[in-house]
Amino acid sequence: MTRSELIEKVSERLEGFTLKQAEIIVETFFETLSEALSRGEKVELRGFGNFRIKTRNPRKARNPKTGQAVEVPGKRVVYFRTGKELRDLMNSKDG
Amino acid sequence: MTRAELARIIFEKVGLPKKEAQDIIEIILDTMKQTLAEGESVKITGFGTFNVRKKTPRRGRNPQTGEEMEISARRVITFKPSNILKSMIERHDDQGGQ
Repeated sequence: MTRSELIEKVSERLEGFTLKQAEIIVETFFETLSEALSRGEKVELRGFGNFRIKTRNPRKARNPKTGQAVEVPGKRVVYFRTGKELRDLMNSKDG
Repeated sequence: MTRAELARIIFEKVGLPKKEAQDIIEIILDTMKQTLAEGESVKITGFGTFNVRKKTPRRGRNPQTGEEMEISARRVITFKPSNILKSMIERHDDQGGQ
């Protein structure tokens, strides 16, 4: 399923909204999620899952070709954990 | 951020009544859930991809009792952020890097 297929499905289930309006809402939804995550906030969507930010510390590494030591800067990465309801749903049907 | 806060922000951005924003969030999440439960991945350009992976049964141990048992085959979801989201998140680390 792609973003546009999601928009179509959502708009079929929404009464009184045009496809264009559904599109704006779906885009705003993901944009708002992205903004919260980039501020380092955790996002908890009960039944679906949680997104959280993990910090990777800066570390020393070596260039495997030259053997030279380099400093790898710290960074933040996003991590998703499936919610219980969805996890159960994934394994309720034989798959 | 919780579902309620998400609804409030969407309500402010789009000018949608809060109750409706909440219902729509529910529909978006439910549609994604149903798709994933059918084993289909969900690709949201600019955000990321949810993939369904099948795990084969394997032997494991109950960590409490040490008893050996079979861990059944199951399906799990993995999330891979898009490059856009990755760089949005990464970029902020300069403020907190000690």
